[in-house]
Amino acid sequence: MTKGFFYSILFHALIITLTIISMPFMMRQPIDLPPIVSVELIQISDKTNIPFAPKARKVIEKVKKEEKRVVSEQAPPAAKAKEKPDRIPLPDKKDEQKKLVKKKQNPEEVKPQIRQSSEFEKKEIIDTNQIAALIDKAKEEKAAQENSSNKLTQSNVKNSFATGLSLSEEDALRAQIFGCWSVPLGLPYDDNLLVRIKLKLKRDGTVLKSEILDHERMNKPNQKFYKILAESALRAVRICQPLKVPPTGYEKWKDIQLNFDPTEMLKG
Amino acid sequence: MKRFTLYFTSLILILYTSSAYSLIKVDITRGNLDPLPIAVSPLHVDIKSETIDGIKSKDLGENISKIIEKNFRSTGLFNPLKKDAFVQKPDIAHLKPRFEDWRLIKAQALVTGKLLIKNDKLKVEFRLWDVTASKEIIALAFTTTPTNWRRVAHIISDKIYERLTGEDGYFDTRIIYVSEAGPKDKRVKKLAIMDQDGANTKYLTLGNELVLTPRFNPANQLVTYLSYFRNLPRVYLLDIETGVQEVVGNFPGMTFAPRFSPDGKKIIMSFAQNGNSDIYTMNLETRNVEKITEHSSIDTSPSYSPDGKYICFNSDRSGLQQIYVMKSDGSNVKRISFGSGLYGTPVWSPRGDLIAFTKVRKGRFYIGVMRADGSGERLLTENFYQEAPSWSPNGRVLVFYRETKSGPKGEGFSAKLWSIDITGYNERKMETETDASDPSWSSLLSK
Repeated sequence: MTKGFFYSILFHALIITLTIISMPFMMRQPIDLPPIVSVELIQISDKTNIPFAPKARKVIEKVKKEEKRVVSEQAPPAAKAKEKPDRIPLPDKKDEQKKLVKKKQNPEEVKPQIRQSSEFEKKEIIDTNQIAALIDKAKEEKAAQENSSNKLTQSNVKNSFATGLSLSEEDALRAQIFGCWSVPLGLPYDDNLLVRIKLKLKRDGTVLKSEILDHERMNKPNQKFYKILAESALRAVRICQPLKVPPTGYEKWKDIQLNFDPTEMLKG
Repeated sequence: MKRFTLYFTSLILILYTSSAYSLIKVDITRGNLDPLPIAVSPLHVDIKSETIDGIKSKDLGENISKIIEKNFRSTGLFNPLKKDAFVQKPDIAHLKPRFEDWRLIKAQALVTGKLLIKNDKLKVEFRLWDVTASKEIIALAFTTTPTNWRRVAHIISDKIYERLTGEDGYFDTRIIYVSEAGPKDKRVKKLAIMDQDGANTKYLTLGNELVLTPRFNPANQLVTYLSYFRNLPRVYLLDIETGVQEVVGNFPGMTFAPRFSPDGKKIIMSFAQNGNSDIYTMNLETRNVEKITEHSSIDTSPSYSPDGKYICFNSDRSGLQQIYVMKSDGSNVKRISFGSGLYGTPVWSPRGDLIAFTKVRKGRFYIGVMRADGSGERLLTENFYQEAPSWSPNGRVLVFYRETKSGPKGEGFSAKLWSIDITGYNERKMETETDASDPSWSSLLSK
């Protein structure tokens, strides 16, 4: 009897301490976010964001202006080129080029050259060094993909508490990226067009690292469009940076996932 | 105690997993359709290049880049940037470009290249760079006879278009059409063929007989068309390479509206006898003729689906001229157009998803598209008189002809070829040497 009582107390105490230890953000939150911001948050989700629409517009305009300024200022240093997200390195172009040229010394017509060009592209796609890495990735990400695709339909309902961004902050970010993304046109209407990109951001919203989840799809033979789509999404992120992120709460949004999906747009 | 440890560990596990931060996810469901800014640097001409009669090798690099730019501008999907703004000279073809300089002028893609003419061979190399990612995305080299330089420019355009849009290109193609000249009652009509951009026009017939409705074989060397012989329209075959032409079959009545099957082995056409016209096919190898429709109404303008399993055609069996679809053996006839007005000249898209048509309603002519089941009808363009749409090989652009009054007071008329995107945007007049009608777009020459 006393034993049971003892366990019960220990159990409860454990839960309390573990909660405190394991949910540090509960403690940190008030420090991170000034109380004024959290009041604002509640108002938005209660009344819907209509009264804030003009504000959002201002934010979007600001984003656009800043974006303009930034492109010229921000001509990023050469080091950035190395932060390429693509895990599939292109083959050594110089060697390829020489080979190609040698092969083509006397053909009369253009036709045979074009066949060679496809050979070239094949080489680009099959990179044996990376296959193992891709296979491993594929496994983890399949599960994640299932989760996320279910959520996707409800995306618009997601509120600030779920994402860690307030509605207006999320809207501002979304509007910014809408403006940067040129959607490629040769996409099939009836295929899954979701491209998920995981970003690691700096405090000022510049992109430290970007990574295409569902990587393995890029190299499938009948999914040529996916590579082009993924590239267009990456291009959008790069053109847009620095992303319009809130001034506070860096810990929350330093890792962010963007789900690019043009399906709605193509159908509409 | 063991049990306690078990509880303890599972508790920790549960708490830790549930308390971890959930990753912020933002859904991007829209983008812009602004043309992609692309910089086409003039190709660098190797100083060792020989000069060849009729080709200024010095200007060739500039000219090739101009053709590529013109192709891109015509798509409405790309915005080729002005060369005045370029910060690097063409000789960057040897090196990696300074991407930050190209980002300054807002280029998202950059094309560089070089060419060399040696031993009567033209060698062209090009590279496409993703400026934002600072990396090369394709690099190809072509060798050909120097007179083929325009085709090289078109092939390069196709490769870039394909790489950036995910769709096959349509620049290395030709258009065959009926060239027209003279007053309306004494019109001289000749068959003419040109590159897709209006260059290299050649006339295939002399103009002493009336010619109509030329159509390309998917294999490109053959064209079928209609010509009048002793006041009777007849279907002819013409080999573009050799110039040899022949009558298809010997029918007692009129044959018209010919078109090739997707494999190029059959011709499908209308044959009229005693005021009733039905659809027939003819096998070009065995010359076997097969009757496909059997109806007292007028069935005409047949066109195969790209897989060859279905045929769309127009018929007045319901009273007014409408579009119907049937299986390629003539069974399972289904009406697919139900809007008000008359529908004609149905053409199945090479992608298989859409059927283009001409619609006449209240005296106005429309070019439109609908899905193969008849749903989703969209009228792309409207005018006083226009008809005969033909698909670009990638199923994204339609070419058709339009007649307009040529004089300021409405006197005279002129017929020109126009193109329009299936989105209904980007309507453009095509350059032809003479008036033109009845265009037909070839498939890619280099495939």
